[in-house]
Amino acid sequence: MISIKELTKVFHTKDQDVTAVDHLDLNIQSGEIYGVIGYSGAGKSTFIRLLNRLEDPTSGSVTIDKQEITSMNKNDLRLARQEIGMIFQHFNLLWSRTVKDNIAFPLEIAKMPKEKREARVKELVELVGLKGRENAYPSQLSGGQKQRVGIARALANKPKVLLCDEATSALDPETTDSILDLLVDINEKLGLTIILITHEMHVIRKICHRVAVMENGKVVEQGDVLDVFLHPKRPVTKKFVDQVMGDPDQDHSLDLIHENYKSGKVLRLHFVGESTNQALISELSREFKIDLNILHGKITQTQKGAYGTLFVHVEGDQDEIERAQAYIQDTSVEVEVIPNVQ
Amino acid sequence: MFNKLFPNVELQDMITATNETLYMTIISVLGTLFLGIILGLLLFLSRPGGLWENKFLNWVTAAFVNVFRAIPFIILILLLFPFTDFLMGTIRGPKAALPALIIGAAPFYGRLVEIALREVDKGVVEAAKSMGAKNSTIIFKVLLKESMPALVSGLTVTAIALIGYTAVAGVIGAGGLGDFAYFYGFQRSDFDVVFVCTVLIVLIVFIFQFIGDILTRSLDKR
Repeated sequence: MISIKELTKVFHTKDQDVTAVDHLDLNIQSGEIYGVIGYSGAGKSTFIRLLNRLEDPTSGSVTIDKQEITSMNKNDLRLARQEIGMIFQHFNLLWSRTVKDNIAFPLEIAKMPKEKREARVKELVELVGLKGRENAYPSQLSGGQKQRVGIARALANKPKVLLCDEATSALDPETTDSILDLLVDINEKLGLTIILITHEMHVIRKICHRVAVMENGKVVEQGDVLDVFLHPKRPVTKKFVDQVMGDPDQDHSLDLIHENYKSGKVLRLHFVGESTNQALISELSREFKIDLNILHGKITQTQKGAYGTLFVHVEGDQDEIERAQAYIQDTSVEVEVIPNVQ
Repeated sequence: MFNKLFPNVELQDMITATNETLYMTIISVLGTLFLGIILGLLLFLSRPGGLWENKFLNWVTAAFVNVFRAIPFIILILLLFPFTDFLMGTIRGPKAALPALIIGAAPFYGRLVEIALREVDKGVVEAAKSMGAKNSTIIFKVLLKESMPALVSGLTVTAIALIGYTAVAGVIGAGGLGDFAYFYGFQRSDFDVVFVCTVLIVLIVFIFQFIGDILTRSLDKR
């Protein structure tokens, strides 16, 4: 659907050249929610602006739905942009227009006749849950509502792609979640491809199917969100994963666990995807003559299933514990014995 | 009572003079609005990073604006005599004052327009671009629309300066309250006439300010 090849952007300043995006290659499938995460200065903002040529690339190509954006003339680009929606961190609404008229703006640009425009605006207002606020001005809306207007506006011309530039970074956690739910909803209902950039791993975890990690203008790691969560390779990726998971190995509570449980075994269970839906713990205690005690852990949900770590203390007959371990190994849960102080 | 306090004031003359002042002010405000918006847009759009980035155009416009703003108004009138004569066919009366009024005020208003346009959120322009808007759409539906309160309050300031200019133009025989106060008041030592003319000018200024404030407030939805 979207293929990006050797994309490079160099900014020339007085004293030096800054390479914001450096020979970046990326392929994005139709209908997926693709997240790009990186710290500020990683080049992600420039990257997303290159996709609809709000910034012109220095070299490389961007192809969206078989149309090569990077080789278009001004007029073709304008028409292509009408099929690429974009939402922004600071919403960028026209304060002089009401909600209704803000949403109608891209339709005016696309020269849709007035009656059709009104019907379409009505649909969009309902889609983003702003019914009853049509005649309000942006200054009368909350941040979350403003972003809903932004989303409705971006969807007005039925785009194939939605670009989200830090769309939730200016919102509080609760509002962020409601906007993310709306994006997932739109992705599922309209089959829209969504590309979002963010510095919050929470956003990636909650709605993305695939993720790319950017550092110094390059993609240093990419893949399914779950894989990246499970096996972060680069230090920067690990840091992002720790943002939502905490770092269980370094948690000081492990010391306490060792102090308090002198007998039996402490197991670390690593849940990836599907298995979280099974009632593993209750199965174990039913099938084997062991006592299980959940000590510590965190499970989190991603678009492709759950992911997390659980520390359990097992007490019982040595053989029985080993049989239980073997049983766990047959599921998709990874198990590991934490060296115990006997 | 009125006749006793202001023995030399003829009501009919005052009405004529007021009408002339209003005529000069209103026509020159309209002219200034038109020319000032064009100058302001040129300054804003041609600057580095602007929609029509063009060093030469930016330099020429800025030079024009700076030069005409630097010339004192009374000298500008004298300087423009040949031009006025050519354009209006006369160098006397309210009509003859118009070219100097507009050329004197438009560069000033042009700068105010430029400042107003600079205050428009860059993100909104970017959003319009991302929707595939043409430059003309961005100019008329985004830039000018979003800066409307500042454009109106800037025009109010300019209009009040213009009322002052019309009085100055009176000295060279443009008509209006300034002219009347000078020739029929000051030169004849009828200071009651000067006083009434002053009151009328202040009144006109207040009315313009009042209208400007109301318009600005009703346009500002921020």
